Amino acid sequence: MKPEKIIEKHKSAIEKRWFDMVIDTYPRDTSVFLKREKNPFSNPVGEATIQGLNGLLNELGGDIDRKRVSTYLDPIIRIRAVQNFTASQAVNFVLFLKKIIRELAEKENTAASELLAFETKIDEISLAAFDIFMSCKETLYSLRANEVRNRTFKAFQRAGLIHEDAFTETGIPGVEGLNEARGNGGEAAVVDEKDPLGH
Amino acid sequence: MSDLPKPDEFLDTIDHKPPPKGWMDTPTQIKPGMYCYASNPKSVEYVGLPNARQWNPLDDDWGLPENWRQILHEGFKERLDRFRSIKVFMDICVRCGACADKCHFFIGTGDPKNMPVLRAELLRSVYRNDFTTVGKIFGRLNGSRKMTLDVLKEWWYYLFQCTECRRCSVFCPYGIDTAEITIMGRELLNLLGLNIDWIATPVANCYRTGNHLGIQPHAYKDMLDFFVDDIEEVTGVRVEPSFNKKGADVLFITPSGDVFADPGTYTAMGYLILFHYLKDMGLDITWSTYASEGGNFGFFTSHEMMKRLNSKMYAEAKRLGVKWILGGECGHMWRVIHQYMDTMNGPADFMETPVSPITGTRFENAASTKMVHIAEFLADLIKHGKLNLDPSRNDHLKVTYHDSCNPARGMGLLDEPRYVIQNVCNHFYEMPPNTIREQTFCCGSGSGLNAGEDMELRMAGGLPRANAVKYVHEKHGVNMLSCVCAIDRAVLPALMEYWVPEVDVTGLCELVANALIIPGEKKKTTDLRGEDLPGMEDEDV
Amino acid sequence: MNENYMFSLMAVILLFLLAVLGVDGFGLYSFFGIFVPYLSFAVFVGFFLYRVIGWARSPVPFRIPTTCGQGKSLPWIKHAPIDNPSTTGGVVVRMLLEIVLFRSLFRNVKLQFRERGAKIFYDWELWLWIAALAFHWAFFAVVVRHLRFFTEPTPGFVKFFEYMDSFFRVEILTDVVQIGLPAMFISGFVLLVAVVYLLLRRMFIPKVKYISLSSDYFPLFLIIAIAVSGILMRYVSKVDIVSVKAFTLSLVKLSPALPEGVGTIFYVHLFLVCVLLVYFPFSKLMHMGGVFMSPTRNLANNTRMKRHVNPWNYPVDVHTYEEYEEEFRDKMIEAGLPVEKGE
Repeated sequence: MKPEKIIEKHKSAIEKRWFDMVIDTYPRDTSVFLKREKNPFSNPVGEATIQGLNGLLNELGGDIDRKRVSTYLDPIIRIRAVQNFTASQAVNFVLFLKKIIRELAEKENTAASELLAFETKIDEISLAAFDIFMSCKETLYSLRANEVRNRTFKAFQRAGLIHEDAFTETGIPGVEGLNEARGNGGEAAVVDEKDPLGH
Repeated sequence: MSDLPKPDEFLDTIDHKPPPKGWMDTPTQIKPGMYCYASNPKSVEYVGLPNARQWNPLDDDWGLPENWRQILHEGFKERLDRFRSIKVFMDICVRCGACADKCHFFIGTGDPKNMPVLRAELLRSVYRNDFTTVGKIFGRLNGSRKMTLDVLKEWWYYLFQCTECRRCSVFCPYGIDTAEITIMGRELLNLLGLNIDWIATPVANCYRTGNHLGIQPHAYKDMLDFFVDDIEEVTGVRVEPSFNKKGADVLFITPSGDVFADPGTYTAMGYLILFHYLKDMGLDITWSTYASEGGNFGFFTSHEMMKRLNSKMYAEAKRLGVKWILGGECGHMWRVIHQYMDTMNGPADFMETPVSPITGTRFENAASTKMVHIAEFLADLIKHGKLNLDPSRNDHLKVTYHDSCNPARGMGLLDEPRYVIQNVCNHFYEMPPNTIREQTFCCGSGSGLNAGEDMELRMAGGLPRANAVKYVHEKHGVNMLSCVCAIDRAVLPALMEYWVPEVDVTGLCELVANALIIPGEKKKTTDLRGEDLPGMEDEDV
Repeated sequence: MNENYMFSLMAVILLFLLAVLGVDGFGLYSFFGIFVPYLSFAVFVGFFLYRVIGWARSPVPFRIPTTCGQGKSLPWIKHAPIDNPSTTGGVVVRMLLEIVLFRSLFRNVKLQFRERGAKIFYDWELWLWIAALAFHWAFFAVVVRHLRFFTEPTPGFVKFFEYMDSFFRVEILTDVVQIGLPAMFISGFVLLVAVVYLLLRRMFIPKVKYISLSSDYFPLFLIIAIAVSGILMRYVSKVDIVSVKAFTLSLVKLSPALPEGVGTIFYVHLFLVCVLLVYFPFSKLMHMGGVFMSPTRNLANNTRMKRHVNPWNYPVDVHTYEEYEEEFRDKMIEAGLPVEKGE
């Protein structure tokens, strides 16, 4: 049987298994909550995950559309990008599906060529996942670097209060030292040097 | 089918799950993106707080004083004697777990140590060891442990992953308030100089210049003067704010974030327009450059620091001889004013019970503290029909309202802002009931965590809020998230940009000012943001 | 396997064996029947008061109620007088609902609408609320019922409680067990079922297991042992209630006289109750007293109306206006801001 057919046949079982595997990447005490809590507003992580996986399975049942795949992947990865995961941990859940499908393929006598073709689709999705992960991280970095500039610096600039060196002159306590303080966090590279206010 | 790849092939190498262990055995790892940079020694020194030094949370050595354990122990004891709240909360938790999944940081980060009960257990475990006999005898079995450097680091990491939003306290059968525990915990950490810079430097700035951003008086005035020009450009009306005016009837205090950061600046313009509108009706109000900060990052440092910074409000009211104080839109500022100010720096017997000069309403609910929230003031004006409003000017907006934690759970300001919004906007949609009012979800960046370096933490903590916004965005086309908090206005734009980029953020007074028909105004073609008002250009054609 | 609950379980078993061994093995009747009850009662009362007074000695410097509804503001805005009380009356009602109905815990119950099928169901946390209510009320009923043993004549309210408690008479008549009269008190069984649920919840819901300590399991095992021994005594071994009452009354009258032929099970029951009494003031069970003292619940939200006084409010260093003007005077003058001291 073709893997696409397997998905059709075992959709809800695959979905549940896949969901459990993804949720099990969280600490046990958290994962039970994520599986159990049904209110989408009390449990946005569980909800986004189940919805996304459901959509992905539908895609994999037929021809995959990269754009649609992105809309399913995005909510899951957007969340994992801000949680305690490394890059590979954030996106590897896509590959979990291989494990599930291979098990079923064994039972359903799937031809190797069909399985490999199908797995290529999963590979494609996992590459798309990586792209999304990177774009989430880029958004985070740009928020980090530019939030202050966008909100405060801009307001000052519009008001004409910013001259090239206006802020070194204000002599706010700690302002000059602020960039040093920043430096000690080891992340100075992402802080806008023009941010004189510490805000 | 032996040529099929085996299910476990290579996937086993992707491992993710640590073996289950008790929380005390799970070491704390301070992760980038989840913590804020350490306090700048200059800021710590400026306000005379202890152990000012350069330090880095990622280093092994935190530069603690030799006797740091003793300092903590004595500080803890002192606070147990001074605060019944902390003493009772240390003793009576039954660990029923009702609070566990109520915390936005737990929901968003998935880190079990962010369950409120565990955050409190961080302190309780040390309390049991240091202050109870049973804890000393039974040790770990009774959940007690000695204070060590690792425990201290755990405290620091997780006490700065709490925004003191009090949501857990709503669900606790004994009203145990994690905010109270975090406040005490941070107060203790400050005894060792373990603050974050995003709090320490605003505190120093505020102490010196009157506001968190460290803006000096002339620059403060310049900024407002610029707003005056901007307002004239949009409305054709020139407003004339007063500064440090002796003998004014009312002193106006708002967070400096409204004056210096977008989109709060539009809210500040809203205040200016409103005051101008009410001037002829008898409102004599002044801004102050000395008390130019409504917010109070001292509240995130210690009770004492909160009092030191807050003192400027009454001192300035007294110096200027005003009758009462009007407060702008801010979250924690209002918790401080509502629940602390009068007790700390009162009695405010040199002022009068606030009376609206326009409607004659006596604000009996502020009879002692003598400070009125602008949403209360506005709701009263609108109820009496004193504002000439055209809500269709906000027709391009589909608005929802985010209850800020402190006004919601530390004050009960829920319906006033809603009444105002519904009178100035035609399209208002509520988020789901378990995410608003007293159950509101935090922005994820309150209590001084609105830095840049902890962006991952902020985005994760704000997920439950953003998720509810996303829901009304998808369901009703909501494109504007309104709030009455300056920190919200500073941080929600980033949160929205990450989770729901189609939604923008506004303050209450910006919406009011846009709907307000000002006598003598020119035909408005844009709102305060300079964005075209759809349909307005065609109106007179 | 979890060391926390294994330890607690072992401790309770050990205590059980201690009582059996002490009474049956060594015949320490007066130790277990007289000395231990007096001592534990004294410890309970003494340390309970000590703890409550200890809390009361720490002042409430700030008025910090958690507000769970609209505050009292403008007269035409609908105020939530219970969830956000502005008067003592409101606080009393709030506390009453909290203590009698566990109102905050009830907030956990979320009515759910699932998108698919629009089926309504209750969240599992409903069971925490129900079990907690059942447990506490049943416990209360059991304690009140036991007052019969310590009073002569039995007060009316105790009789009323017993009547209510045994309202649903159950008669089970089989060859092995014969239950019919005396009436069966439902409270004892409700207590047992609820406490077992609370225990299983702690053992099997990982979230709760993660946060549980030995001191959370111990009282549960102890109460289970007390309830089981009590039920056995009443319905199976059928202890002579008359002589038990004579004994307990003698304790009350401070002229203790040991009962005849009440069996070991009575001493076990009594001993475990004594252990609970001693354990009580040193444990989280003190939430019974603490719930009344929680500043986020027992204060009115009226701080802006009426000044709350902090007894230790000490003066602090502030940055005065004079100091501020001194530093920025020139810039203020230049910007046209009024100053106190002119040029």
